[in-house]
Amino acid sequence: MSDSATEIDVDQSRMKISDEVAIQITGMHKWYGSFHVLKDINLTVNQGERIVVCGPSGSGKSTLIRCINRLEEHQQGQILVDNVELTNDLKNIDTVRREVGMVFQHFNLFPHLTVLENCTLAPIWVRKMPKSEAEEIGMRFLETVRIPEQADKFPGQLSGGQQQRVAIARSLCMNPRIMLFDEPTSALDPEMIKEVLEVMIHLAEEGMTMICVTHEMGFARKVANRVIFMDQGEIVEQNEPEEFFNNPKSDRTQLFLSQILSH
Amino acid sequence: MSQTDFGETQAVFTPKPDLPPPAITVGIIGWVRGNLLPDWFNGAMTVLALIGLYFVIPPVVNWALLDAHFVGDSRKACKPNVQIVRDQVVTQATMPDGSTMEVTTSADRIVVPEGVVPNVRWERRMVEGVVRGKGREYAKVVVEKDVVIEGACWVFVGVRFDQFIYGFYPKSERWRPTVVIGIGLLMIIYMLTDGLPHRGRVAMFLLIPFPVIAFFMFSGGVMGMPHVDNSKWGGLVLTIIISSVAITGALPLGVALALGRRSQMPIIRWFCIIVIEFFRSVPMITILFMALVVLPLFLPPGTSFDQLLRVLIGVTIFIAAYTAEVVRGGLAALPTGQYEAANALGLGYWKMMRLIILPQALRIMIPAIVSLFIGIFKDTTLVQIVGLNDLLTMVQLAVTDAQWIGLSKEGYFFCGFVFFIFCFSMSRYSMYLERKLHTGH
Repeated sequence: MSDSATEIDVDQSRMKISDEVAIQITGMHKWYGSFHVLKDINLTVNQGERIVVCGPSGSGKSTLIRCINRLEEHQQGQILVDNVELTNDLKNIDTVRREVGMVFQHFNLFPHLTVLENCTLAPIWVRKMPKSEAEEIGMRFLETVRIPEQADKFPGQLSGGQQQRVAIARSLCMNPRIMLFDEPTSALDPEMIKEVLEVMIHLAEEGMTMICVTHEMGFARKVANRVIFMDQGEIVEQNEPEEFFNNPKSDRTQLFLSQILSH
Repeated sequence: MSQTDFGETQAVFTPKPDLPPPAITVGIIGWVRGNLLPDWFNGAMTVLALIGLYFVIPPVVNWALLDAHFVGDSRKACKPNVQIVRDQVVTQATMPDGSTMEVTTSADRIVVPEGVVPNVRWERRMVEGVVRGKGREYAKVVVEKDVVIEGACWVFVGVRFDQFIYGFYPKSERWRPTVVIGIGLLMIIYMLTDGLPHRGRVAMFLLIPFPVIAFFMFSGGVMGMPHVDNSKWGGLVLTIIISSVAITGALPLGVALALGRRSQMPIIRWFCIIVIEFFRSVPMITILFMALVVLPLFLPPGTSFDQLLRVLIGVTIFIAAYTAEVVRGGLAALPTGQYEAANALGLGYWKMMRLIILPQALRIMIPAIVSLFIGIFKDTTLVQIVGLNDLLTMVQLAVTDAQWIGLSKEGYFFCGFVFFIFCFSMSRYSMYLERKLHTGH
């Protein structure tokens, strides 16, 4: 387990958690066919929280965050994002997706568009922003992720770490209130993980509400205010990072941590 | 245990300089070694292929170019202007019992009249013959005989050229198709050339106003241009009209069918599946006959419905069904991450398809779509079955003309050559695109 984040200094001063609820999940179940992937999920995320979700593969952690922007449909229970309920109503889904940004394990940049066009596409076509304004915003966020000089290149010409930073910038251009990260560093070479984590830490310092599925425990310790451990479709344990790592309550959590922290 | 030597480690890492590859793997020598003579089997294949080419290429070049007649305006121009006279020669004949005797026989000799530059080549060949004697006796003789070397008579194609290109379009109005097709070709070339400005606008012009303008130019009846009934359209012009209408119509229709086939809505999905599978499982000739016979049944009685239009509709739907399957392959080949990223950004179905999915799917599928269109261009020759006079039909009409009888070789050669030019350029373009896609982003 790499610990690229441990060398990065984190400024906690602006990471304020408000009382406002950003995401409210109650009694949520999901099945893939007859396979019960998520079982009775209850989770409340306040505005400004930084949550790390970890767990073995197949535990349902990716499915959980994909339910939050309706890339996956849940069959039972309720998900409220910024007080908008996710149902089959396309209007609600659009509203939620406009507020929720997502970063994928495999970046999923649009290979036929330049880096800048990747960033401006959604602001222009979804937010109906004039092109010049969208480009201004695009360049600003490319500066945030520190690759403005790559704006006119195509994604295929960039390294994995650079592509993932573009993917983050692309999401930020929609000015989301919540960011979901689905294993953002798992497909990266060790030398590139740090540059992506730095950008994510920078986002956290700006006060962004974040839910990250990741195995970067250094990142979890330094940035998260809450760590959630999942196994077999259930939330097994959640706690503040210090408590979670030093004093895990469940035997399943202890086993998991001993396995990922032992090397 | 013995000490293992790990070699010397530099304290400061300096990368080794790049060296050029070995000379034997680059340049002409490298190419010949790599492509023609990599091992004994491929070397033997190279030699066999060269021998094959030796037997095919020279006779074809001789017939089509070196011995061919290009100038003139009637069949006479292709007739040899030398005299062939029968000469008496004395030669040895072999009797059935093996004995030989002297016989006199006739043999062709070519004589060039005075003041004439011969327009053909001839050669003296050894020809075997049989001499019948009294009763059943016969003898074998070998005589030398002058034989005129046959060359192509391109005068025929030259005289009929206008008909091959324009069919029965009135002579005085032939500038109209020439202008339309010339401008169309120029715009297509412009659109397909990398790096020129406003290529998108040219494409839009080609797609929407141009076909309408083209129709009025062909059909006339406006702006002082006399009306030309489309039963008179023919030749290469008709071949181009049918294939370009079918191609431009089939692409959007095929995309729509492909999207419909992947739709969540069962009625749309089933409708698209039925259309695609029906048209794909019926031969094109059947479609053409159906367009002629069945289509009128669905129309209100009394409406006369143009024959060419019916054929165009039939052919377009036929190709659209194939295009749909190609596009569906392209859609399926895109990683699901593209759909998810577009969804996560809040793009709706149509925007996602238009901006993200289709541009990529079509780009992957261009080579397959082009090869489909090459097939279509050739399949347009089937329309002669329903009475349209395309290029091949015009050629067939010309070769049965009594004045030019026996020149079918030239006619079909020309027809094949024209098809080759069109199909080969499409194929080269598709290969170029494929290379670009591989090396590009």
